Amino acid sequence: MTPPAVAVKDLTLAYRDTPVLWDIDITIPQGVLLAIVGPNGAGKTTLIKAILGLLKPAAGKVEILGKPYQQQIKKVGYVPQRGTVDWDFPTDALDVVLMGRYGHLGWFKRPGKKDYALALDALDRVGMADFASRQISQLSGGQQQRIFLARALVQDAQIYFMDEPFVGVDAATEKAIVTLLKELRKQGKTVIVVHHDLQTLKEYFDWALLLNVHQIAIGPVEEVITSDNLRKAYGGRSAFFVS
Amino acid sequence: MTPQLEIIITACIVSTACVIPGVFLILRRVALMSDAISHAILMGIVIMFFIVKDLHSPLLMIGAVATGILTVLLTEWIIQSKRLKEDAAIGLVFPVFFSIGVILISRYAGNIHLDQDAVLLGEIAFAPFNRFLFLGRDLGPVAMWSMGAILVMNLGLLLLFYKELKLATFDKALAATVGFSPVLLYYGLMTTVSITAVGAFDAVGSILVVALMITPPSTAYLLTDRLSRMIVLSVLIGIASAVSGYVMASLLDASIAGSIATMTGAAFLIALFFSPKQGLLTTYLRSKHQKTDFASKMLLVQLMVHEDQQEDFETTVTHMVHHMDWSIKFSKKIARYSVEKGYITRNQDQLFLTPLGREVARAAIVH
Ligand SMILES: Nc1ncnc2c1ncn2[C@@H]1O[C@H](COP(=O)(O)OP(=O)(O)O)[C@@H](O)[C@H]1O
Ligand SMILES: [Mg+2]
Repeated sequence: MTPPAVAVKDLTLAYRDTPVLWDIDITIPQGVLLAIVGPNGAGKTTLIKAILGLLKPAAGKVEILGKPYQQQIKKVGYVPQRGTVDWDFPTDALDVVLMGRYGHLGWFKRPGKKDYALALDALDRVGMADFASRQISQLSGGQQQRIFLARALVQDAQIYFMDEPFVGVDAATEKAIVTLLKELRKQGKTVIVVHHDLQTLKEYFDWALLLNVHQIAIGPVEEVITSDNLRKAYGGRSAFFVS
Repeated sequence: MTPQLEIIITACIVSTACVIPGVFLILRRVALMSDAISHAILMGIVIMFFIVKDLHSPLLMIGAVATGILTVLLTEWIIQSKRLKEDAAIGLVFPVFFSIGVILISRYAGNIHLDQDAVLLGEIAFAPFNRFLFLGRDLGPVAMWSMGAILVMNLGLLLLFYKELKLATFDKALAATVGFSPVLLYYGLMTTVSITAVGAFDAVGSILVVALMITPPSTAYLLTDRLSRMIVLSVLIGIASAVSGYVMASLLDASIAGSIATMTGAAFLIALFFSPKQGLLTTYLRSKHQKTDFASKMLLVQLMVHEDQQEDFETTVTHMVHHMDWSIKFSKKIARYSVEKGYITRNQDQLFLTPLGREVARAAIVH
């Protein structure tokens, strides 16, 4: 039996004394394209960070492909929210993509020919081949997001976590990202994406996790996105999204 | 070696040792940390002195480094638990430590060589008096050797952890998820800053330590957009400031540390104005040029429109003043610019589009 891509058991996480995630219990099978949806402050980012061991839960356990995260580092790729890094950092697009190789290299080893080739190839895949030596502050929001995606690609992972990759990008980039996500799934990868546009949910994803501190529902998109569940997640506000 | 040369070499070594960790302080936007650490270490030195009663014990240095790291720990703890901003937390911690150090000195150690002035300003001019003797041979000033050792350490750490430091500085979260603990790297960096500050303040004083850690890297940051070049440039700017500062000090018979600090500041100002990337003057000239260029294109479009209507009386400089609401001076300037660019020709007061000018005008409309 193949282990699930991600298994979260009874996870509770609090910042100081405010619980942000409460008793989360989810199993994500391998090979799905899953959207994590929920209102602002629902704990979507926090959940990803907890799964990746960046935050310590108050209770609960996380397994990636049947083992603790620390043993699966090389099988996971991560695209943080674009706003979390300093885009004035003195470096170029290629160098940022190369950072995706650092995990495979481990301590002390410098990227070699093969890593450069992989990085250039990934830049090409996201349509950024011409921007390799561009200073990162001189890229548009959409281009920066593509760079982040290319960086995740060279991580050559089994499971990808992406935090709001569609925020602040142009329509062309959004399309390119979706194509890429579907390509990854076709290769058998599991892709977990924080998303907050309910209208494109069905078109882009096959699974969804509806979250608002508590987990509301998880499963195939059609089963999760019911008006009942949405009311639970968003209160009365979102009724009009469901047609 | 002459004492002068010894001082210059020591200053260059101190400067290079300081700028290396300084680059990462700047990029992490915790420049103030160098200030905090280099002041807080006074307390560690004084307390250690009371314990071992020996001004030359290496334990003093260990106490100082420990206080530096304690400063970082305490600052981080305040940020985490009280949700204060970094600079506020830094500002809370180190003045307390520094004051404790100052009070202890003035109250209990009045008669020993440990005064605040020496701590703040140091005196690199005295460096050659303290010789490093080994097997009866004079190998030069102690400061040169101790800072040389620290420089070698900093260079070694930089080469060893370059990739890890870069990643943890740019993207802490990714660093953590791929197994490079950002916390470990941060405290490693801060330990390096503490050791460097402790080693350097004895020779040059804490003000210059702060100036060297912050200013050359900030200057280099204005001049380049690659990390590796930023490090190399910082080193070069630091060395240039050290040498020119020494020269200035001997010419003016002024404090060497003060002169070097001044030179780092001067280098920063020069970069601020003339940096090809984002210098104030460069940006000003560029926006001015853009303004001229834009006005010239407006003129070309006007000329083209009137050319089509064959109203040649419109195409005079005097008319531009009227039609575009420009001053006479500006109109003349734009006309001159357009002629120089080969967009128009001028026959007395009449202006005529050249084929190039017509092309540029058309392109300007399309955009
Ligand atoms: N470092 C932090 N300290 C305290 N509270 C936090 C911190 N980060 C996030 N929170 C709070 O946790 C909740 C969930 O945040 P987050 O996971 O970022 O939500 P989402 O990504 O779904 O918008 C929010 O209420 C937020 O204010
Ligand atoms: Mg979020």
